[in-house]
Amino acid sequence: MSAAAGHDVILKLEDVSKVYAGTVAVKQANFEVRKSAVNVLVGENGAGKSTLMKIIAGVEQPTAGRILLDGNEVSFSSSGDAVNRGIGMVFQELNLFGNMTVAENIFATRELTNRFRKIDRKEQERRAGEFLDRLEAGIRPDMLVEDLRIGQQQLVEIAKAVSLDARILIMDEPTSALSAAEVEILFKVIADLKACGVAIVYISHRLEELIRIGDYITVLRDGRITGQEEMRHVDTQWIVRQMIGSDAKDFAKADGHVPGEEIFRAEEICLPRVTGGLAVDHVSLSLRAGEILGIYGLMGAGRSELFDCIMGRHGHASGKIFIDGKQIRERDTTRRIRRGLALIPEDRQREGLVSILSVASNLTLASLSRFVRLFHIRGSAERQAVMQMVRELAIKVADPAQEVSSLSGGNQQKVVIGKALLTGPKVLLMDEPSRGIDVGAKADVFRTMRKLSRDGLGILFATSDLDEVMALSDRIAVMSNGKLTGMFDRAEATDAAIIAASALGHGPAPAHLARHMESNADD
Amino acid sequence: MTDIPARAAPSSASSGSALLTLMKLRTFIALIAVLVFFSIAAPNFLSAANLILMAKHVALNAFLAMGMTFVIITGGIDLSVGSIVGLCGMVAGYLVLNGIDLQIGYTIYFNVFEIALITLVVGILIGAVNGLLITKLNVAPFIATLGVLYVARGLALLSSDGRTFPNLVGRPELGTTGFGFLGAGRLVGLPVSIWILVVVALGAAYLARYTPLGRHIFAVGGNERAARISGVRVNMIKMFVYMFSGFCAAIVGLIISSELMASHPATGESFELNAIAAAVLGGTSMSGGRGTIGGTIVGAFVIGILSDGLVMMGVSSFWQMVIKGLVIIVAVVVDQAQRRLQQRVTLMQMAKAG
Repeated sequence: MSAAAGHDVILKLEDVSKVYAGTVAVKQANFEVRKSAVNVLVGENGAGKSTLMKIIAGVEQPTAGRILLDGNEVSFSSSGDAVNRGIGMVFQELNLFGNMTVAENIFATRELTNRFRKIDRKEQERRAGEFLDRLEAGIRPDMLVEDLRIGQQQLVEIAKAVSLDARILIMDEPTSALSAAEVEILFKVIADLKACGVAIVYISHRLEELIRIGDYITVLRDGRITGQEEMRHVDTQWIVRQMIGSDAKDFAKADGHVPGEEIFRAEEICLPRVTGGLAVDHVSLSLRAGEILGIYGLMGAGRSELFDCIMGRHGHASGKIFIDGKQIRERDTTRRIRRGLALIPEDRQREGLVSILSVASNLTLASLSRFVRLFHIRGSAERQAVMQMVRELAIKVADPAQEVSSLSGGNQQKVVIGKALLTGPKVLLMDEPSRGIDVGAKADVFRTMRKLSRDGLGILFATSDLDEVMALSDRIAVMSNGKLTGMFDRAEATDAAIIAASALGHGPAPAHLARHMESNADD
Repeated sequence: MTDIPARAAPSSASSGSALLTLMKLRTFIALIAVLVFFSIAAPNFLSAANLILMAKHVALNAFLAMGMTFVIITGGIDLSVGSIVGLCGMVAGYLVLNGIDLQIGYTIYFNVFEIALITLVVGILIGAVNGLLITKLNVAPFIATLGVLYVARGLALLSSDGRTFPNLVGRPELGTTGFGFLGAGRLVGLPVSIWILVVVALGAAYLARYTPLGRHIFAVGGNERAARISGVRVNMIKMFVYMFSGFCAAIVGLIISSELMASHPATGESFELNAIAAAVLGGTSMSGGRGTIGGTIVGAFVIGILSDGLVMMGVSSFWQMVIKGLVIIVAVVVDQAQRRLQQRVTLMQMAKAG
């Protein structure tokens, strides 16, 4: 990599902040984007990477701070503004119209027209075909986007961004759904773009990818920029240190209690995928009372889907589940909750909370029957339970009648946990319980998990954070591509073994990937 | 963490929150405004007889609007209520006049109480059809209830070949007399229909506030996915709201037939729109999750008093429609402004709290 020091700064953010209701996503960030280079941005989930990029792409407006493009202050009121100034973005959540063809998607909002303002479909498809050929994806421009695999859709999204002839191209996790071969092609395209003087901003979780293609690296933690360096001066350890910080996460120590009898068992859970194949592929596992079983896996490994199956959210899932040795035959969520299962979903906003209801109503939503005499909700009993949960989980709220959306992310997460606990569960399923919450709240959540396990609950928790799974679990299960690919006792688990298992589900690992794994194993 | 920071709210009593309070009370303010305006502008407006007459008019819309409120809170819509009013009126009229012919030489006649009961059950059943279409067959509420609107209206017309069932006094020897009580009777000086409204409204308000069912209705409208994961039986809740809406519509059908002592198959046309208007005016959010029975009742009174008052002033019915439309639009605009202000005030409070 010839990362010459002479790359010009094309875009500069000065003291940019972004505040949402409930959270500060970005705090006074200073960020530089250099021409003809891959500017890498890393950080944990919820560190604020995507928000920062949306500010650059004009999707979000900063609450405070300045944006300088070529040294001049600019402000983008929409993504169209940013596109006009040569800034393109590949979004993490695909921004495609499934009901339109690939070509129509690529030229959406800047359709090619003939003299009579009629859309020139042939020309669009020809030009789209050129971009797609560069990506060697085997996608025809006249295919409907909704008929494509997710990975192919991601390539369309990339083709769309490339077709903008952008001077600055932002890629937010562009490889999350790509196969290894597709990643190689993408990297070739990136190299081409770089040679043409394009500034690329590249976001990813996969450290080995970053080190391979990055020229400059910026690390974000909890909305703050904690490190900015030339890539050749840094190594994995440096990146991890900046990401996690010296105040290493407070994982709450294990107290050495011994797990009891088996409390939960799942046998041969299968869930068909809409596009064919299995999203959850014959997964069996068992859990003892007082045990924390961490399920590690990358995005799309099937962890959330497994939890959904256990909760009875998919009518077409197959397999058996047992609690205390008795099979659960109820197939709907309501009755499974009654039998002692509770889920803390990954997506707090969409699945965890009813954001327009109060903190109190959210807390008791799943357990109202506990406070009911005949059909009347006893206000005093409900209030008592709410106050108890607020106290136990240290939820910072002035008045439980406040709307839950006015709380910070961490406190919202505690409300979701409190809601699950009020149902009196025997088995708690936690999907990414620490995603998008601040350090203090994370420590609280981890402490709560420890305490619950001491009280005899079985806890299954899914995470894509290796440290978390290593620090909290009594046992570690690894999922990949819907399959259970590894099961380790904590004593025998190593980072390398877990990472290796998390790549197993995709058939034989390609040679270069295997190499990376070995280099990881040396760490 | 035993003591919870209990401050923030009172200290930030700025001009923003004063305006907010004012906006929250907008439906009440509108009610008082129309009352004051018409008592000055229209003679006899404040006479007891007129007020009772207006209340009877308002009650009809208020029933429908209550049912509609629950439906809208779950994020749905019920366009079929007007037709259910018509069909239920016809059912009641048919039973008073003809009874049920058992085809074996006997005909069963019901007393008025039984007729009312059967009519209510018919309304609830039509609501259940709406609910089944929406929950089991996944038809969008707008379309499902639009279909039922036509079907129910068609059935009402078929039941009498488009004619009116006249003169529902009933025959003493069959025990079918007394049908006029609902529409014309009085208890303690007030019309029976007002008393029924009071009872149903109190019941609905209680249900919304103090029962799990009510809480679940709001949860389904606020976030259906989250409600489902929390174990709320979303489909049952939806069934209930459409059945309740059908129940309310059946009451209206009974009252109208009873007032007129006749059942006309076209009764209730476009009532659904008035009901939606009242609910929206009362602060029910069309996107679901927000709304109160009290607000809806006040909304129904604003609309009802507005139209009756304008009639008394001799304003043309064409202008009345324009005015009613403007009132609804203004109400929703103010509602949106309130949301935005509310968000700003919350953000400011949070910024202050740190």
